[in-house]
Amino acid sequence: MNTATECLLRMVEEHHELEDYQSGVPRWCTGCGDNAILSAVQRLCRDENLRPEKTVFVSGIGCSSRFPHYMRTYGFHGIHGRALPIAEGVKMTRPDLHVFVNTGDGDCCSIGAAHWIHAVRYNMNMTLMLHDNQIYGLTKMQASPTSPLGTKSNTTPRGSYLDALNPLTVTLGVQNVSFVAQVVDWIPEVLHAVVKAAFHHKGFSFIRIIQRCPEWLPRLFEPWLHDTGRILLLHHEQGLQLSAGLAKTYPNQQLHDPSNIHRAREVASGTDPIPVGILYRNPEVPCYEETRHAGQLHTPEYVRAGLEAEFDKFTVWPQEATRPGA
Amino acid sequence: MNDTTTLQSVKNAPHPAAARRKPVITLKEHIVEIISDSGEGAQRCGQSLGSIAARMGNGIWTVEIIPAEIRPPARSVAGASGNRIRIGAGYITNGGDETDLVIAFNEQVLLGRVRDRELKPGCTILLESMWRDNSDPKISAAYAETCDKLVAAGYKVREVPMERECLTLVNDARRGKNMFALGMLCSIYSLDLALAREQIALTFGKKAQSVVDTNVRLLDAGFQWAEDNLDFKYRIPATRSTVPQIVVNGNTALALGVLASGMEICAMYPITPATSASHYLSEVFEKVGGLVHQAEDEIAACAFAIGSSYAGKCAVTITSGPGYSLKQEGLGLAVMAEIPLVVVNVQRGGPSTGQPTKAEQGDLFAAMFGSHGDAPKVVMAASTIEDCFYSIITARKIAETFNMVVVVLTDAGLATSQQPFPRPQFSESWLAPPIDQSPVPAGAKAYDWDKATGLARRFAPGQANGMHTVTGLAHDRLSHVAYDPDVNEEGLRARSLKLAALQKTLKAPPVFGKDSGDLLVIGWGSTKGAIEETVETLNAEGLKVSSMHLRFLQPLPPGIKAAMQRFKQVMTIENNWSDSPQDEIIDENNRRYSALAMLLRARYLVDVDCWTEVRGQPIKPGTMCRVIREKLKPANNKATQS
Repeated sequence: MNTATECLLRMVEEHHELEDYQSGVPRWCTGCGDNAILSAVQRLCRDENLRPEKTVFVSGIGCSSRFPHYMRTYGFHGIHGRALPIAEGVKMTRPDLHVFVNTGDGDCCSIGAAHWIHAVRYNMNMTLMLHDNQIYGLTKMQASPTSPLGTKSNTTPRGSYLDALNPLTVTLGVQNVSFVAQVVDWIPEVLHAVVKAAFHHKGFSFIRIIQRCPEWLPRLFEPWLHDTGRILLLHHEQGLQLSAGLAKTYPNQQLHDPSNIHRAREVASGTDPIPVGILYRNPEVPCYEETRHAGQLHTPEYVRAGLEAEFDKFTVWPQEATRPGA
Repeated sequence: MNDTTTLQSVKNAPHPAAARRKPVITLKEHIVEIISDSGEGAQRCGQSLGSIAARMGNGIWTVEIIPAEIRPPARSVAGASGNRIRIGAGYITNGGDETDLVIAFNEQVLLGRVRDRELKPGCTILLESMWRDNSDPKISAAYAETCDKLVAAGYKVREVPMERECLTLVNDARRGKNMFALGMLCSIYSLDLALAREQIALTFGKKAQSVVDTNVRLLDAGFQWAEDNLDFKYRIPATRSTVPQIVVNGNTALALGVLASGMEICAMYPITPATSASHYLSEVFEKVGGLVHQAEDEIAACAFAIGSSYAGKCAVTITSGPGYSLKQEGLGLAVMAEIPLVVVNVQRGGPSTGQPTKAEQGDLFAAMFGSHGDAPKVVMAASTIEDCFYSIITARKIAETFNMVVVVLTDAGLATSQQPFPRPQFSESWLAPPIDQSPVPAGAKAYDWDKATGLARRFAPGQANGMHTVTGLAHDRLSHVAYDPDVNEEGLRARSLKLAALQKTLKAPPVFGKDSGDLLVIGWGSTKGAIEETVETLNAEGLKVSSMHLRFLQPLPPGIKAAMQRFKQVMTIENNWSDSPQDEIIDENNRRYSALAMLLRARYLVDVDCWTEVRGQPIKPGTMCRVIREKLKPANNKATQS
């Protein structure tokens, strides 16, 4: 994406260390899954040597959305539910920037649900991380759309009433879906591998990250933590490739071709064991920012020519003609 | 001005030869309406008439007559679709009062116009006569009954066999009657037929030559029919303009303004009556490297524009009342993060869904004070069609200079009205500079608020060393989240001071008319032309009335108080709601003043009165004249010098 001028001006590529992407001490609770996500992303930035000034993390509101504050890149900590349209505006104006979105289950699947659906349709080249801890954290424990049925919370003291929304099946049901993956915060190797694959995917990469909330739902995922067989590792030469260590720890594995959307939808429907890996990937889906940018430069000359041509359409020129009887 | 024929004289139709000798009456101005069911082309006829008159050098103001429904049932009272053209010998600044002459393609649409008090008592009506012989007895009876009613009410009804005459030239008179009507109007107003033919060629230029030829034949036929059969003829003297003029409506003007401002992205969601601006922009924006993004909702449109502005150049979002309400939280974010943004609100009737196609100035306070907390924004109002164009350019510049949200208010009246204005001379200074990608000095702060003005340089992504996270949370100069009370106040102060800094650059608005007198009328937005015409009319009657029109509502420019103090009384005239002191339970303790009046009272401690109307239409100058005459009657004049 570098322009000729940029290449000329930056003959020496800078190298960056992890510290170059770190900013401040995260204020998340000890044991919060957000910390694992932050580590994976900072590692990605270093490995890909992303220029900090060319990288933007956009978020909404919630625990997850503090994320940009802890990155030493550009960041936009927006308003509840609206991270995606803000990120889309950024990407449309600046296709040269690396755009990431950090959002939570309340931010994305509840207040921002409309934007989530349409972001899949736009398929702009960015990576979305859905920090899904299945509870509202910052507002102190209310049931979220992804809370399991019966979750006791401050707004559902006798247990939540509705079955949990499945972000994977929803995303996979939207036209133009191009990348869907699921990971859990407690397998850092897969988390990193998936974030990396998402970053390299050209299009809208949707990663649902199942994460623990030690404060409000401390025991929710204990059964899965204690029984590695309840994780279903998806692997494929076009998807996630398993290391020996991973294969040994997580014996429940499935060969899954991420180009098969029907199979992806079936896998996505399963909640126990938790499928982990890349469910779907289609690099052929057009990106909205490329479809929309006609390649026309916005120079003063073009603006002037365009404007004068439009003025011509509406101009009444001084007339020499005289009216009858005048 | 309504010295035209009555139904009676139709029956004694003048001999063609006599008609040709009819006297030509010179008029200062006339208001003409062409109305039909939707889809019968009355709009195009009206627009063409306006263009021809403008090209001849007449002042014009055209207003679209739009039914609220897309396809109202045929021949329905509320279904009038068409155009209203005020043609004058001099410059015309507003839609004027009631209509002098109407061409109607059926009698039912007329009834709606009569109900809305849009027709001058006794005005001339040229009415399609085919309904009289309609095979459906209900229709023929309704026609006959309405005709009789209109005649009894004093209207001069002339039945015109438009359908029959058109059928001699085309198979489907529905497509063509409008050009026949245009021909009649060319005869009635002694317009240049050659110019009218040119106009048709322009209008149908993209279609086959045969289409142009057919329409020209219809035009000629209408002209000839009127020459032969009508015994009246007018002439409105014109002064040819020496400069090229642009004839567009307010929405097209604002879209052209977006083009000219150098903005590159317009994010919007469809809403009446703002959408036509985006329609037009969608057609042309990409030619200059811009684009219109139709977002999934109003909130997303606002957020998209904010993201776009944040990443580089200022973007615009265009909406109307309900959409503006939805954007409020986003606007607060842009204020807090100091991201430049232009928001256009083409006001319509409110609250809630209100009157989507009708004009109202009800959103001033929403624009100024909307969004929770202290969220200072710049609020401007366009007062003419030309202003719709230039306001956007100004708004973009202010937004980027002060890193502020600039709200531009127009309304449904401006959106659909046309008035010629001098063709703008392009200036490169209108455009935004390229996105700054230069490195920021190490250690530079994201919000290095100037102590005196609150201004700070903004860093955009791509600028090395400038990395920071903008946030809607209270933040310090480094954009770090801050809960410290001093830091919170520092940010609030800086964002507020920027308005004062802008205020220091504004000029005092001029007084229209004498600099002192009995009454100063203050207005904002689309009422300008009507208010100033009112001042002229009343000055000619000897009343000491002047006016002042505000382009900036927030911040208010200097000089307003001094001007008010030179008049014995001050009032605003606005197209929004205010309580009437005549209502039984209304007194000074509970009277709700109109928005601008309340604003002026609060800021200047001057006893500003108001008069408002919310009839969905621009306020007519005749109405304003009546209101002011009444107010200045010695018996009612209780006010003392402010």
